[in-house]
Amino acid sequence: MAEKKSLAKEFSKGIIIENPVLRLVLGTCPTLAVTTSVESALGMGAAAAIVLVCSNIVISALRKVIPQKVRIPAFIVVIAGFVSIVQMLVKAFLPQIDEQLGVYLPLIVVNCIILGRAEAFASKNPVLASAVDGLGMGVGFTAALLAMGTIRELLGAGTFFGAQIIPASISPMIIFILPPGGFFVFGMLIALSNKLAERKGKPKAELKGCEGCPMAATCSMKGDENKCEGGEKA
Amino acid sequence: MKAFLAILLTGILTENFVLAKFLGICPFLGVSKKLATATGMSAAVIFVMVLSTAVTYPINLLLVKNDMAYLQTIVFILVIAALVQLVEIILKKYMPPLYNSLGIYLPLITTNCAVLGVVLLNIDNGYNFMQSVVNSLGAGLGFMLAMVMFAGVRERLESCDIPKSLKGLPITLVAASLVSVSFLGFTGIIDGIFG
Repeated sequence: MAEKKSLAKEFSKGIIIENPVLRLVLGTCPTLAVTTSVESALGMGAAAAIVLVCSNIVISALRKVIPQKVRIPAFIVVIAGFVSIVQMLVKAFLPQIDEQLGVYLPLIVVNCIILGRAEAFASKNPVLASAVDGLGMGVGFTAALLAMGTIRELLGAGTFFGAQIIPASISPMIIFILPPGGFFVFGMLIALSNKLAERKGKPKAELKGCEGCPMAATCSMKGDENKCEGGEKA
Repeated sequence: MKAFLAILLTGILTENFVLAKFLGICPFLGVSKKLATATGMSAAVIFVMVLSTAVTYPINLLLVKNDMAYLQTIVFILVIAALVQLVEIILKKYMPPLYNSLGIYLPLITTNCAVLGVVLLNIDNGYNFMQSVVNSLGAGLGFMLAMVMFAGVRERLESCDIPKSLKGLPITLVAASLVSVSFLGFTGIIDGIFG
């Protein structure tokens, strides 16, 4: 029973308390780039979630085999392998999603959420917990992308999932599906999440600097106050 | 020559990597607080982008020739990671002054989506070797332009009175949005000049 409870906790933390996009501020590139429509946001979220779960399982299963010193390259190879699989599947069965995501699909490899979870969770925890953690983070990532995609598509194109919601007689604010709209909506969502977190007495969402950065272990700037933003806050 | 200039200017202005393509957002938001670090970081990014494009171009030809194009993602990320490590070691050993100004940013660049992004985009666009290198240079210079401009904006933000919930990251993103609006003004300029 106790085990079940903690698994539920691993799952739910990724969705709200430790939402990778809105609380940990990871994976900002795809969050801004592919949320011009709900459809592509969903496609990107699902693709990243699949890679996240699979790579978490494999990395967790191999955690005692991978030598400490070469763990980052090893993680990257595992992640890149799954990204290639997902990329080929999407190309074969969902060509229209592939077209929308374009270069951002292979770029899931360098999504810091996936490498970050591999380093922070999967390399230290058993397989089942890692899978659940990956699933929770994946769902949290997808939810954040969907929120962004809904706002931007509704305001920028007047549609939701391609269906007209706002009457065509009201001209949509195209700026929201252009790059500036992405930055703006993301800023507002972070502000909202900060406001809600503040009420609960939780810390604000910030770029985590060194603690949140998966490359911290190999980074020579770590702790250097003048070089890295994380150093300034620590 | 004209074609190269068009690619270069497209990379810097209309298709700016950070502000139009959202690649390299992490360093853009994380390292742009001071002008000096922003310049150092972007110089390192330009260097790594051009170098990895030059190295991955022949590798891609080899992969395509052997019918193994599906390995692109894995091979490229490993080549870039190894390359960055190698450059770091060489700089540390033989050029300590350069290492101190650029080298410290190198590990951060390995998993930077801008570098892998430019390599993949070059292939998607079907550029030849010279076009790829020029495009990478343009993308890198565009990154530098965005970083340096934004560092200036952020230094001003420090002394502003900002609503409580917007403090920190949210106001930075709103500022980025405004900088991005200004880059929208370049839309069509390349066609206007070279068309």
